Amino acid sequence: MGTTDSTIAGSLRDRPGLLATVLVGVVLAVDLGAKLAGVEAGPIGGSLSTARLGSNLWSGVVIGLVIGLAGIGLSMTYSILNFANFSHGDLLSLGAFTGWGVAFVVAAGSGIPLRALLTVRAAGDATPGEIGAHILTTPAAVLVGLVVAFVVTALAALALDRAFYRPMRDRSGISLLIASIGVALVVRYLIQFVYGSGRRGVTASVDASNVAFAPLGLSVDAHELALSVAAIALMLAMHFMLQHTKLGTAMRAMADNKDLASITGIPAERVVTATWLIGGGLAGASGYLYVMLRGTIQFDFGWLLLLLIFAAVILGGIGSVYGAIAGGLVIGIVFTTSTIWIPSDFNEAAAFAVMILVLLFRPQGIFGGVSTA
Amino acid sequence: MSDEPATGGSGAGEDAAPDSAEADASPDSAARVLLDAIQRSDLGVVLVTLGVIYVAAALVTFPDGLNSVVGLMQTLTFLGLVYALSALALNLHWGYTGLFNIGVAGFMAIGVYTMGVVVRPPDPAFGPPGLGLPLPVGIVAGMALSALVGLFAALPALRLRADYLAIVTLGLSEIIRLTLQSSTVDTFLRETFAVGTGGGRGMGMPDNPVRALFLVDGRAGNPTALGDAVFGTLGEGGVGISNNILVGWGYVLVLAAFLLGFYVFLERLGRSPFGRTLKAIREDELVADSLGKNVDLIKIKVFAIGCALMGLAGILWFGSQGNVSPTPQFMPLLTFYIFVAVIIGGAGSNAGSVVGGIVFAAVLFEGPRRLGAVVRDTIDASTPPSFADAVASLDPVAFLAYATDNVAPLQFVFLGLALIFIMHRRPEGLLGHRIETAAAVDLSADSRPDGGDSDE
Repeated sequence: MGTTDSTIAGSLRDRPGLLATVLVGVVLAVDLGAKLAGVEAGPIGGSLSTARLGSNLWSGVVIGLVIGLAGIGLSMTYSILNFANFSHGDLLSLGAFTGWGVAFVVAAGSGIPLRALLTVRAAGDATPGEIGAHILTTPAAVLVGLVVAFVVTALAALALDRAFYRPMRDRSGISLLIASIGVALVVRYLIQFVYGSGRRGVTASVDASNVAFAPLGLSVDAHELALSVAAIALMLAMHFMLQHTKLGTAMRAMADNKDLASITGIPAERVVTATWLIGGGLAGASGYLYVMLRGTIQFDFGWLLLLLIFAAVILGGIGSVYGAIAGGLVIGIVFTTSTIWIPSDFNEAAAFAVMILVLLFRPQGIFGGVSTA
Repeated sequence: MSDEPATGGSGAGEDAAPDSAEADASPDSAARVLLDAIQRSDLGVVLVTLGVIYVAAALVTFPDGLNSVVGLMQTLTFLGLVYALSALALNLHWGYTGLFNIGVAGFMAIGVYTMGVVVRPPDPAFGPPGLGLPLPVGIVAGMALSALVGLFAALPALRLRADYLAIVTLGLSEIIRLTLQSSTVDTFLRETFAVGTGGGRGMGMPDNPVRALFLVDGRAGNPTALGDAVFGTLGEGGVGISNNILVGWGYVLVLAAFLLGFYVFLERLGRSPFGRTLKAIREDELVADSLGKNVDLIKIKVFAIGCALMGLAGILWFGSQGNVSPTPQFMPLLTFYIFVAVIIGGAGSNAGSVVGGIVFAAVLFEGPRRLGAVVRDTIDASTPPSFADAVASLDPVAFLAYATDNVAPLQFVFLGLALIFIMHRRPEGLLGHRIETAAAVDLSADSRPDGGDSDE
């Protein structure tokens, strides 16, 4: 498709826009420097404390890790199965609800009815404080919940594939995309049917939950720290799997060139199964971690995150797992630091705008990958 | 859907041959197109569909009296028509040209918000101020701005693959929604241009001129001459239908006229040389390019035209709803509704889009909640407060009560399953004929040699 556009003529045509984008970036950088130095010259500059920038960057990194972790699965299904999976966001919700349900059961004593715990407080009237799930007080429960989120979502992703995507394996990417919108609706609203539609608190509040890093001038919440550790551990495991196992090599080969992979005897269906298991599992885990970070849960939070995840995957280059992680970090940081320049009800729009600009000017993503044009 | 009367025009299978009689008649007047439609009995299909839906609606509501029956019919017709209008606009992008635009909600929002800003009085009693210009100016301005944003959105369409275009347009529609939602933008607009969007609280829409046809100044109890005549025969003075429902039917007639206009315009466009180029781009862009067609320019044009139509559909739909606000109304879900309507009807078919809109509104959108309410009324049990309570009660009746009281999420599950089912079993939709003749000359099935590869 349209690969003729990525010739010299194509890139020449785009140069003015690219130039303008770079120019805006330079202006923003100069402005940021002036703000930090406290210099004000006309519209440029102002005041901004290093601490605020630091905390913005840190929360950007934390959100970016979640988005990057979720993006791995999206990027894998995109490159190996060749379609944009719009149901990926709802896998995050599924992992979060099932994972926290089990974490509640482990964390809470026997005084609270099981149905209130398993449905993440949809039934009964237990408060988060009574249940008391927090990484500092009930680390084992939170860890068990993470494992459950991974396993349940992995199996659910595989089941959805067997039921809905496998019969259309040979169809075009757009047909699969439309079907995935249908799957997204099914998953999201089954979650609403079972768990209810209200937004509610999940984690308990614990005194002195902040861990201070005096030299960096940062005060880090224990949940942020736990999330970072878990996300990085999962990413490292992913890296090891891709680089040092037979399955990982087969996956990279499939993503690179399907026909060549099939000819060399790579069992395509088995790789696809592994893709769904791993991608779905990581999605469930990242949804679980996101809820731990935010402290609240709602049936459609994963769907609302989906476009940010897409932005990260596109930014990093479709098909590149490392690109998805890096793209997640960039999107996370754009999401939180853009509030320095624009009102906070626009930070999501800023992340989407970055995605659109990347698609326009560097469709292969910042870090390379499969071309989008 | 499956009991849809296929009185004609519907491609029975993937390799259904286009009917030669309908393809070679290149119509030269609006009347001819209409005649053509009736001949091909597309209009018949639409009317029979409506008839079936009316009968079903009457069966569901007749115990509650005449007003319930006529009111439900009016609601279903209104929804069917607005979905049909939106589906027709989307069909131009997706069905004709293969541009996978899933930012429909954003373009509709631009249309209706621009109309509101242009028409609202400069010093309203409440809500954001506007420019105070006449309604037609507002409608034209709404379409123009939608088209302008469509031009901007067409830039990625020139070089991106369809699935990436989908993500870009979805992102754009979310940016539009967040912009309209933002109170900062509202304040900025008020301070700079003395107009506003109302932010998250939304914006009251101008009075519907159709209401003024029946009622002086739109106030109840003060009918005009036309209002007197209609209310006297059909309304409370005659048959006994509530005056508000009659006014609603008046607006439905206006929508039907617009639908006819959309249909005629798009049919003519589709059969013009421009429309044939669109289909050529859809089938194989490289070939169209090689044959000397300016693919980029045509894509930009079709994006602008389609977005203008989406803006107009947005105005006709949400402009008549009293109040618009960005977040419940212009979420991406709206776009998916319209997509489902197009897919049901069959991408590439205008008549299919109309039928798809009507079927979607009645069967998938409004039907389940009405049916759920009817079933719920027959159950004599209290509703459990949550799913877990319903399961824990181990009582199928209590579970059914919970399910019918919470039919809204189940309706979406059903919608998703319907979408998957259509993609699995009938991707060409009810009336889709994507393998239609793009040539001006007769290419009927029996004059065509066998063989040749399909690139799908």
